[in-house]
Amino acid sequence: MKTILLFLTFIVFVNVANAAVDIRKFESVKQEKRYKSLVNELRCLVCQNQNLADSNAPLAQDLRKKVYLMIIDGKSDQDIYDFMVTRYGDFVLYRPPLNPMTFILWVGPFVILVMGLYVLVRYIRQRKTIVVKDLSANDKEKLKKLFDQGKG
Amino acid sequence: MKRALIPFAVFVILAVFLAIGLTKDPRILPSPFINKKAPEFKLPLLDKADVIFSSNSMLGKVWVLNVWASWCVSCRIEHPLWNGLITNNKINLIGLNYKDEVSDAHRWLKLYGDPYQLSISDIEGKVGIDWGVYAVPETFVIDKQGIVRFKHVGAITNQLINETILPLILKLEQVDINAAEQKS
Repeated sequence: MKTILLFLTFIVFVNVANAAVDIRKFESVKQEKRYKSLVNELRCLVCQNQNLADSNAPLAQDLRKKVYLMIIDGKSDQDIYDFMVTRYGDFVLYRPPLNPMTFILWVGPFVILVMGLYVLVRYIRQRKTIVVKDLSANDKEKLKKLFDQGKG
Repeated sequence: MKRALIPFAVFVILAVFLAIGLTKDPRILPSPFINKKAPEFKLPLLDKADVIFSSNSMLGKVWVLNVWASWCVSCRIEHPLWNGLITNNKINLIGLNYKDEVSDAHRWLKLYGDPYQLSISDIEGKVGIDWGVYAVPETFVIDKQGIVRFKHVGAITNQLINETILPLILKLEQVDINAAEQKS
């Protein structure tokens, strides 16, 4: 039974190991590094939660080839990003640019964090101002009795 | 008492945004080409591979580019709608046969009908990439000046045809490009 479960778990992860292996010939190590980083930062538009590096979709294969050809052709990283964004929009970049449209996306989490901290601080402060009333004489008597009982 | 309502108000606002989000399809990307010039291309005709069709030849006309392929299941679903549309309306419908085999494409058109004025072969999908095609089928409406006015990803529907595509084509047909050029 355990071996079957282990085997099934293994199968689930095999797909990742199958992720695209293209043979690319580069003119320098720098080019290869650029290719790897570009292909990791561009989104696959068919499988939209994968980058171009991991996706097996035909479009991803075509776009990887395009990135490769553009690098060999001497285009800069910015040229390649511009090429993709012109055709597919900002969504193709895993790092969206900072502009009026994406401002909320970038700043939002920090704003919410600050708001959350503010609420937290106020709550803590409020707790501290609770006055501890002194026990009445009656209660002090009861307390003494209970203590004496406990000792004995 | 009023302070206690704040978390509730936050919840309601969040719920409204999330509910709106549920009605949208996150896989659909807005086209960056809307209201921008459509990318030019030159491709061979599907019927005659030695004849090259240039997108510039459509300047001065309102036309629809439908991206299709014989391996695409959704294309088969929307195809009858194109067949029907052509019989009742005079529109310039151009098919972009995307990443397909020419023989498969011909067979497919024979089986399901050919509503296209002409189809062009984009065997490697290069023109598709230039137009930002990421799914099949896709439909573009281009105006007389070669500007993309509408893009739809996925199979078209009767509602889309009647409420959006046809009215848009009518509106664009009425634009006189000579007058438009004088204005700009």
